[in-house]
Amino acid sequence: MSDDLLISTRDLCVEFKIGGGLFTKQILKAVDGISIDIPRGSFFGVVGESGSGKTTLGRALLKAVPIARGDANYDDGEVQYDLTTLAGPELKDYRKRAQLIFQDPYAALSPRMTVRDIIAEPLEVMGLTKTREETDARVREIAEKCRLNLEHLRRFPHAFSGGQRQRISIARALVSGPQFIVADESVAALDVSIQADVLNLLKELQRDLRITFMFISHDLSVVAHTCDHVAVMYLGRIVESAPTRQLFENPRHPYTKALFSAIPSLDPDDRGKAQKLEGEIPSPTNQPPGCKFHTRCPFATDICKREEPPLDTCEEGHAVSCHHWQELGEAVPA
Amino acid sequence: MSLLNVENLTLQFDTDEGRITAVDNVSFSLEPGEVMGLVGESGSGKSVTAKSLMKLNAGNGHYTPESKITLHLDDGPVDVMSLKTPREMQVVRGGAISMIFQEPMASFAPALTIGKQMVEQLLIHSDMTKKQAKELSIEMLDRVGISDAATRFGQYAFEMSGGMRQRAMIAMALSTKPKLLIADEPTTALDVTIQAQVIDLMKDLVDEFHMGIIFITHDLGVVAQTADKVAVMYLGRMIEQGPVRDVIRRPQHPYTQGLLDALPKLDDLEAPLTPVAGDIPSPLERPSGCVFHTRCPKIIGDVCKRDVPQWADTGENHRTACHLCAEKGEAA
Repeated sequence: MSDDLLISTRDLCVEFKIGGGLFTKQILKAVDGISIDIPRGSFFGVVGESGSGKTTLGRALLKAVPIARGDANYDDGEVQYDLTTLAGPELKDYRKRAQLIFQDPYAALSPRMTVRDIIAEPLEVMGLTKTREETDARVREIAEKCRLNLEHLRRFPHAFSGGQRQRISIARALVSGPQFIVADESVAALDVSIQADVLNLLKELQRDLRITFMFISHDLSVVAHTCDHVAVMYLGRIVESAPTRQLFENPRHPYTKALFSAIPSLDPDDRGKAQKLEGEIPSPTNQPPGCKFHTRCPFATDICKREEPPLDTCEEGHAVSCHHWQELGEAVPA
Repeated sequence: MSLLNVENLTLQFDTDEGRITAVDNVSFSLEPGEVMGLVGESGSGKSVTAKSLMKLNAGNGHYTPESKITLHLDDGPVDVMSLKTPREMQVVRGGAISMIFQEPMASFAPALTIGKQMVEQLLIHSDMTKKQAKELSIEMLDRVGISDAATRFGQYAFEMSGGMRQRAMIAMALSTKPKLLIADEPTTALDVTIQAQVIDLMKDLVDEFHMGIIFITHDLGVVAQTADKVAVMYLGRMIEQGPVRDVIRRPQHPYTQGLLDALPKLDDLEAPLTPVAGDIPSPLERPSGCVFHTRCPKIIGDVCKRDVPQWADTGENHRTACHLCAEKGEAA
């Protein structure tokens, strides 16, 4: 089983130093002890509110922020890298294998480059193609896969709508032939009609090219439709992680349940039934002791304020970090 | 009597590339205490329509002479189109109409405290003294669920979280006791848990203050949870409007149906997501006839490309501008 894991982390921590003063230096734990396994060819979802550390986790796996502690390994069958120590030529090689798709397709594309140049840039920078003909051929191949009109390659990004721009960003991420793509809120800025189109495209690429995706999102309904496995994050920790179906049918953690009920229902007669979560996510520089969710949890008891709950396995592949998950069972926050 | 009547509103912008029709012959009305959801993709003209009510659109915009916006206030109707000077427009800008914007960080001045900004607008729009204005502001902050309102009153926008800034924005918009509140994507930048809190708060405030709300959003789930009626816009034209239940359960226009089909549904995870085919056309290349015909899966024929569809009754207070519905109506 472990042979098939593309990414595997144990107690991964990412920390930032903030405050420049002599006595005011603080450490912000953005990612705090995360252990995840991402199987090859899967669509792995990470969900959480802003400030939960989901973006930092994605960046750490791409070696875009330094890893403070813990293990992180990458293995695509061809090469194996220890992400904590990766450097030099190996890091350069890893950049070809792991790519990022950004949230905002309006900010991610240079307005002064043509679509062809945008997609070709990674090939030229990484030295993947030798001649211009070779580059052009590769760009056309990828553009077709991303359902871009080949006539559009000579245009500039301003001529395109949000959905088309996001397809250009996807083409750019794909052009180096990566095995692993982190899609950070890649559909959050799009209209629903286009969102569905981009999600379908990502799923197609996962299937056809056997690419492993880490899909970061705050939108549970989008995650439910695309991902095989979902991890729910809160203040830098994973509070629950399970195969998508299982998580949606039987959420265990009070935070996951609250997230579900906060999704606005399409049924106008459902009004007022949603369970409201009080308060806001605490500042990561000033984290509560014990279970980090206890300040907003309707079921918190003394032990929650004192001790950090372990990540228990409640079913095959379903882990939850809550002192009371067994007693709570099906209970929903009142 | 209606609070607001909009008739034949058409707004065009002159740009370097040509004249763009942003709003095309839009008519609707709003009762006091009623919440109308205004839905559409980016570029559909929903924000521009709402801004027209306060004449907040850029200087290169032209309203056609047929455009008519009437606001019925306690001391008589106001013809918004005839307002010219800034002083005249005070009544619709912050007086009888308040607006909540999408990005709460950008809508507060960063160098002034929240309190100072709240007091300033009260001094302009009412005859309160500074002291009264401060008291009311703190009371409003408290009312929208900001704890320790007196301290928050003296803080700057950057000291607050996104959810709290949006609450402060709501407090500020409501402190002048507007008759009409325009909320332009007020929850889009917020997390779902905070969005649920803000939606709840707005519903409570409608009950309490009994004002009309125009709620602009692209999220049909949010509309289902807040609005009494819905209007769907596409490329500057209103294509369907009606009571929220009816429109969401029985969407008549192919575009409204497409928007609903594109939404990921939680009760059926296996259902494929079906996008609305194609992209929204550039406003410079407006399709003739029915503006949606270039993407419509149910196009009947030349009539869609040639004629602008008229409103057809498709239920109680439910109207749809589609040739398909007009045909059905005649057949029935």
